[in-house]
Amino acid sequence: MVDRAGMRPLGEQRSAMTDLWAGLSQAFWLLVTLDADLVEITLRSLRVTLTALAIACAIALPLAAFLAVRRFRARRATIAVLNALMGLPPVVVGLIVYVFLSRAGPFGVFGLLFTPTAMIIAQVIIVVPLVASIAHQSLRELWSDYHDLLISMNATQLQRIKALLWDGRRALLTAALAGFGRAIGEVGAIMVVGGNIDHATRVLTTAIALETGKGEFAMALGLGFVLIALAIAVNLCIHWLGRTESEGRW
Amino acid sequence: MQMFPLVAKGAQVRRRGKVLVGPVDLTLGGQGTSIVIGPNGAGKTTLLKMLHGIVRMNGGSLDWACPLEEAQKRQAFVFQTPVMMRRTVIDNIAYPLRLAGMGRKDARERAADWASRVGLGEILQRQATMLSGGERQKLALARALVREPEVLFLDEPCAALDGRATREIEEILAHASDSGTRLIMSTHNMGQARRLADEVIFVLGGRIHEFSPAEEFFAGPGTSQGRAFLNGDIVE
Repeated sequence: MVDRAGMRPLGEQRSAMTDLWAGLSQAFWLLVTLDADLVEITLRSLRVTLTALAIACAIALPLAAFLAVRRFRARRATIAVLNALMGLPPVVVGLIVYVFLSRAGPFGVFGLLFTPTAMIIAQVIIVVPLVASIAHQSLRELWSDYHDLLISMNATQLQRIKALLWDGRRALLTAALAGFGRAIGEVGAIMVVGGNIDHATRVLTTAIALETGKGEFAMALGLGFVLIALAIAVNLCIHWLGRTESEGRW
Repeated sequence: MQMFPLVAKGAQVRRRGKVLVGPVDLTLGGQGTSIVIGPNGAGKTTLLKMLHGIVRMNGGSLDWACPLEEAQKRQAFVFQTPVMMRRTVIDNIAYPLRLAGMGRKDARERAADWASRVGLGEILQRQATMLSGGERQKLALARALVREPEVLFLDEPCAALDGRATREIEEILAHASDSGTRLIMSTHNMGQARRLADEVIFVLGGRIHEFSPAEEFFAGPGTSQGRAFLNGDIVE
């Protein structure tokens, strides 16, 4: 028996719906009972992602402002490269970081492979171009507004960058949230450099991949719903802290 | 150290091969109010920006009586469309002081004082982008005047304002002029030019066609283009 579109057997559809409900119920119970493993990997996910995001923002936002205010020979090329790097394949980033951090690699001596630090490094590399590109778009528009005024006031290059970062902070929040979304959902690179080791480098996304591989769809979906809830909660928190939707603010 | 005279010799601004302004030969003294007039596209804004130093010159020279770096610190510019920084009224006015290194508390105190002087004392915490056209122009004036510049360039500051706002802006300008600030301002409004000008710079096609005392110019311009402009004829 098939559905009206003739695409999939109805029994299979029912089974998928059952998995979804089971996933929802699993997610609910994992949350209600504050499952120890769930709490551990959720906190690790948050720690890795937020640390990577903070480092990425510290690099990307000043870089974006610098590219907005400063004219130099390789500026266009730099912007083009940044935009291109937004689509950097995470697995390739993971592989490159792996090579650099492996025992035979140039940074092997630090013993960082298969640690949360390695996962943070990979995420920073993935997130920086994304945050920088989005931030640059916003700051470029702001700079076109401020250009004559700040030059007229004899603001130094550093003062111009500071003014753009401060006055464009709410637009930059969007860039940071995009970076957070990319980092929290990242699985390829951190699987390669983290190794998905239980109680060490396992995070929500790698746990979902593992459960799916084991055929534990309900558990995988449960973790997936927790991941989505976490992403939404962090976004709401940042919006609330930034008061982006308050009247008369930006 | 004296800033004036400001001497321009063959000063020119070109963009994409087209001469926007110049060559300009001009000597401005340190007293009074100079009003730049001319039809649309005559080059008034570019001339003001060139004198202020925010438009790069492609030829000639522009010399203040003091070193350029010193001169740049002692002048300010008010744009035709005021640029509102995404901050509150008080933070907008305090910004030039903060740039100059003044502490936050002192800068805000002085900014609040200037806001009161221009009639914005009741809305210090309002976001600048929420202000009306007249309020924006007053804020721009307060922000320009807060560092007490010796020269203030104004590019048609009352272009989009109603009569009441225009009168308030003119009062602020008259007060600034009385306090010793040298005003160099462009306008389309001949009534305003007559009220404020001590000397008139008539610009056409990027060149200065007349530079004379206001009384002399309004009594009878020395050029046919000047007379035509004053009569309200189309001048090209």
